[in-house]
Amino acid sequence: MKNYLQILFWIFALAASVCARAETDSEVQARKAALDVAGAFTNDGFKVRDGHWCGTIKPHDHTLIAVNLYAGNQYWFSASATETAKKIAVTVYDEDGKRITTEGYNAGEKAAAGFAPANSGQYFVSIDLIDGQEGSFCLVYSYK
Amino acid sequence: MIRLTRFGAIGLMGAIFAAAGAETGRLPADQLAKAVRSDSISIPTPGELFAALEKPGKTNWSGQYRGPMPMTYRDRAQIALNLGGLIADGFIAVEAKDSQQVKNIGSDIIKLSKALGVSENLLSRGNSINEFAESNEWDTLQEELEATQNEVKSSMQSHSDQDLIILVTLGGWIRGTQVVSAAIMQNYDERSAKVLRQPALVRLIQSKIDNISPGLRSEPLVKDMSDQLAGIEKLVSFPLGKAPSLDEVRKVNEAVGKVMDEIENKAPVK
Repeated sequence: MKNYLQILFWIFALAASVCARAETDSEVQARKAALDVAGAFTNDGFKVRDGHWCGTIKPHDHTLIAVNLYAGNQYWFSASATETAKKIAVTVYDEDGKRITTEGYNAGEKAAAGFAPANSGQYFVSIDLIDGQEGSFCLVYSYK
Repeated sequence: MIRLTRFGAIGLMGAIFAAAGAETGRLPADQLAKAVRSDSISIPTPGELFAALEKPGKTNWSGQYRGPMPMTYRDRAQIALNLGGLIADGFIAVEAKDSQQVKNIGSDIIKLSKALGVSENLLSRGNSINEFAESNEWDTLQEELEATQNEVKSSMQSHSDQDLIILVTLGGWIRGTQVVSAAIMQNYDERSAKVLRQPALVRLIQSKIDNISPGLRSEPLVKDMSDQLAGIEKLVSFPLGKAPSLDEVRKVNEAVGKVMDEIENKAPVK
C-alpha cells in the first residue's frame, strides 16, 4: 500500500512538472505579445530593453515588479497575458507606493502605461488581472 | 499591429482614468517590500543611464574613454567585474559613435568571456558587433550590446556560475556611474545630476551580493566591493526632487572611481 501511494505521488509530481513546462510555453507566447505592444512605441523612438519578467496572475490579484528609472528618460511598460485573462491593467507607483499618473493603453489581455519620471529612483509596476481566469503574463519595457 | 493613432486616443482616455485614480491609489509598504526584484528587469542597463544623461545637452563621450585593460586576470570574480565594466565601455563607444572603439571593446569582451569559459555563444555576437560598427548602425549596436550582456549572464547561469552574474552587473553599474558622474562634473547641469539618485538600486545589488556563496563573498575583492557599496548607497541617496550639487557629484565620482580602480588593478591574494 505504501509503495502504491509513493508511485501515485511521483505520477502527480511528474504531471505537475509537465504542467509547469506547458506554462513556460504560455509565458513565451505572452512575451511575444508584450513585445508586439512595445513594438508600437519603437516608431516613436523608444528602444525596447532586452529584459523581461514573466509570471502568473490570478483573478482580482496583482503582481508587483520593482524597476529603477532615470529622470530625463520616458518609459512605456507593456504587458500581455494569455487568453484566459480577458482584461489586464498596468499601473505604476512611486517609491512610496503612491500611484503615478500615466498615459495608458488597454486592449483586453494587453495593456501598457507610459510616463516620464520627475525623479530618478525606484518605481513599482503592477500587473492586475481585472477580468478572466488565472494565466501567464509577461512585462517588457521601452525607454527613450 | 497596433496603430499609434489608436494608441493616442486610448492613451488620452487612460491618462484621464489614471489621473482620476491618482488620489486614492496607494500601496502599503509591506506590499512594496514583496515586489519582484530581478536582474533582468529591475536593474537598468548602462544604455538607459547614458540615454538619460544625454537629454539636457551634448556629452563628451570620447572624453570618457579609459586605456586598454589587461586581459590576464586569473581571478574569476575580478574577470566578471571587469567584464561588466567593459560592456559599459561598449555602450560609451556606441554613444560616441566610434566604430573602431566599439570593435576593440567587442573583441576584449570576447577575450574576457573566454577566460570565464562562457564565450561559445558569443563569437557570433562579436561578428555582429563588428558588422554593425562598420555600417554605423548605432541603435542596432546598442541592442546587440544589451543582448551580449544578457547572453554572458545566461551562459553563466547554464555553467552554474550564477554567483558571478551580479558581479557583471555591479561592474557595469560602477563603470557607468563613474563615467556619468565625470561627465556631469565637466559640464554641471542639475537635470543631468538627477540621474545619480539610485539608493534602491545600490541596495538591490548589495542584497544580491549578500546572497552569493560564502566562499565567493569572502574573496578580498568581492568583500571590498560589498563594504564600499554601503558608503556609495549613502552618497547616492539624495532627497526626492533635489538635484545633487557639484560637490556631491564629485564625492560619488571619487567613491566609484576608487572601486573601479580596485576592480581593474587589485592583485589577487595568493
